[in-house]
Amino acid sequence: MLEFPTWKKVMLWGIALLGSLAALPSIFSLTNQPWPESLPNPTVNLGLDLAGGSHILLEAEREQVAAKRLEDMEEAVRNAMRRAEPRIRIGDVSTDNGRLSFLLDDAGDIDRARGEIEGLMAGTGPVREWDLQVVDGQRFVLTQTEAGLDNAVDAAMEGALRTVGIRIDELGTREPTVLRQGDTRIVVQVPGLQDPEQLKALLGKTAQLEFKLVLRGATAEEVERGFVPGGEVLPYADEEVYQGTGVVVQRLGGIDGETLTGAVQTVDQRTNEPVVSITFNPEGGKRFATMTTKYTGRQFAIILDGEVISAPTMIEPIRNGQSQISGSFTFETANELAIQLRSGALPVDLTVVEERTVGPDLGADSIRQGLLAMGVGTLLVMVLMMVTYGRFGIYSTVALVINVLMLLGIMAALGATLTLPGIAGFVLTIGAAVDANVLINERIREERKRGRRVVAAVENGYKEASRAIYDANVTNFIAGVLLFNFGSGPIKGFAVVLVVGLFTSVFTAVPLTRMWVAGWLRKARPSDLNI
Amino acid sequence: MKLLKLVPDDTNIKFLKWRVPFFVVSLLLIAASWALVMTKGLNYGVDFAGGLEVRATFTERAEAPIAELRSDIEGLGYGSPVVQRFGEDNQVSIRVRLPDEVSADKDAAQAAANAVVSELQGNYPDFRLDGNDNVSGKVSGEFREDAVFALILAMLGVALYIWIRFEWQFGVGGLFALFHDVSLALGMFSLFQLEFSLQIIAAILAIIGYSLNDTIVVYDRIRENLKKYRKMPVPELLDLSVNETLARTVMTSLTLLVALIPLLFFGPASLFGLTAAITLGIFVGTYSSIYMAAPLLVWMGVNSDSFIPEETVADKQEKKLRGEV
Repeated sequence: MLEFPTWKKVMLWGIALLGSLAALPSIFSLTNQPWPESLPNPTVNLGLDLAGGSHILLEAEREQVAAKRLEDMEEAVRNAMRRAEPRIRIGDVSTDNGRLSFLLDDAGDIDRARGEIEGLMAGTGPVREWDLQVVDGQRFVLTQTEAGLDNAVDAAMEGALRTVGIRIDELGTREPTVLRQGDTRIVVQVPGLQDPEQLKALLGKTAQLEFKLVLRGATAEEVERGFVPGGEVLPYADEEVYQGTGVVVQRLGGIDGETLTGAVQTVDQRTNEPVVSITFNPEGGKRFATMTTKYTGRQFAIILDGEVISAPTMIEPIRNGQSQISGSFTFETANELAIQLRSGALPVDLTVVEERTVGPDLGADSIRQGLLAMGVGTLLVMVLMMVTYGRFGIYSTVALVINVLMLLGIMAALGATLTLPGIAGFVLTIGAAVDANVLINERIREERKRGRRVVAAVENGYKEASRAIYDANVTNFIAGVLLFNFGSGPIKGFAVVLVVGLFTSVFTAVPLTRMWVAGWLRKARPSDLNI
Repeated sequence: MKLLKLVPDDTNIKFLKWRVPFFVVSLLLIAASWALVMTKGLNYGVDFAGGLEVRATFTERAEAPIAELRSDIEGLGYGSPVVQRFGEDNQVSIRVRLPDEVSADKDAAQAAANAVVSELQGNYPDFRLDGNDNVSGKVSGEFREDAVFALILAMLGVALYIWIRFEWQFGVGGLFALFHDVSLALGMFSLFQLEFSLQIIAAILAIIGYSLNDTIVVYDRIRENLKKYRKMPVPELLDLSVNETLARTVMTSLTLLVALIPLLFFGPASLFGLTAAITLGIFVGTYSSIYMAAPLLVWMGVNSDSFIPEETVADKQEKKLRGEV
């Protein structure tokens, strides 16, 4: 018991010192002291609930992806059939019940039609993305496979993740986190943000830009009865202009947000109103030139997410591939739109399903009060330990301080995040560390009472107490790991601290104090223990 | 220097003598807790119920206009809000649980939050938004499932380990003690209608951790004594074990209380629920180790034979452990 080889001493001291030193940058930053920049500075991340900031959870609908995919397939089938030589005539096309079905006019086309469709169904990966059934020899029914839909959802979410990332970067906030969560979710965390409204406005918009032709003569009724090919009725975005009557528009091939290379917020030189200037890519610019030449003098509807934001008249053809979007903007909303257009449309609509925002002031207050209270608590614990166990209490106390430092230091080094529930974990860890020391010290007392000599009592105390300490910590470790893997965000925050804390508390409470006790016993050779 | 001794030497309190009445009382408490949870329910915060919570400070006032706030928000048509002081006198937390027909819509919590904040910003120029939580019904449902699943899984995992390390009776006893603690904590939250949020789940986990620690310490001593005193009647042996560990139990509980009480009184308002739950858990957890975990062993027929086959294996493990530590 008394022999501690030098390598062991060096190792124990080394770990303790290293772990404690790693906590220094965090302590400096928590108490707002400057930390020398030349030194490494791993700081423990404070969760948004402590540091202030916004946590936003966005969710997409799988059904929407499925519906869009079905629509795309319908379009592809129509095109393929039209382009086939000779043309394959189809009719009675429907996308009801999540299936695409259509009827061949001529049953003799069946093999050619099947060939075309199979070409369209082939996915990029090894999985089958569509199921094809031919009913009554003439009706084709296409159903999406779950695997195919999974791929489509995944691709849409990856696209959405990129778009969301670009939009947030445009805001210029520091250290945002954008991550996918589960199949259809994206979590966005922005520390220290003052105004989450702007962020939400920016993320919540799909920003699908389209240009269509306004049909002044047509009425909504005619559209409904199918007299206007490719026509639809759209509402105005601006409530004041809208007043319940929509505008009838017609498809204009191939100009949309995808064909843009740039969008900036500028000011219209004639009206002095904020507008968004857009630049088309060469292909889009050519198409736009063709369309504006063909329809000079007509009204174009500029449509964002299915709402008409303005419908300017094309006075002259636009050939330079640049245009301007106007429409009751403020500088802020114009800038938002510009950012959204630059980042591209979201491949799928996202809805905010959870938002948590903590103002920076409240966060700072929480930290200050929390630290103060924990400081007072720790001080009281130390006093209690010292008056109860004397010299052994001092060892325990020092070990406890090192435990707290090491826990903070390791969390910082791991880049872990300290949250409010994490503080519960901190308390439990301190409890575990204290308990380990209490177990050992009480056991030493007991062994002395039974008449064992000093060294034997200490040795037995550590040995017998270690068993319970070991079992208790392994059980908590199991619980911690399970919680980390199966719990949601805040529970994870608790579990991280718990697991790291188990290691530091066992390390400081058992081998470290044992080394100190052994050193003292060897040097002082006491004949009795005051414990 | 004379050192403090909280528990006199060689106590011999007959804990187990009262095991039947205490156990019956405990069972009744568990039943009462669940009855409360079933009838009165838990006061779910937005995490579990969905809806919105807004925290705000009225910077120009000494006291927040709680009654006015309540009627302002009622006017918005989302039902009646819970408006409480939160921290200082001029700080409030406003909780609105959306009516079912509204909360089916994913956007509902967001829309309602925007409506509440702009209403209050309009009515009170000194309104400062300190934070808000908006949780849609779908997400809150998942949080509930997640929390229950994680709790049950953690408890079972832990019981399994105790079974492997000790004996099946100990695993069952430990699990039952945990069940007791969790039930009483839930009962307490239901009785006082304290806000039940994800943070409280973290607190309950801390309670489980602490109670487990306690149970294992007692069990470890029981195992040791079972090997040492093979002829001693089990109830007597359990009493001895509890008494021998009593000094440690009292000291550890006291130390933790000493650490928690400043946090309870001077800590941030956002930590109050969490700290209160853990504080309660210390009492409940200590009690359950003595009056739930230990007596169950008597009834499940633990005796000194329980450890004979395991002795060699356990010894080997301990030796290995000693070598490492």
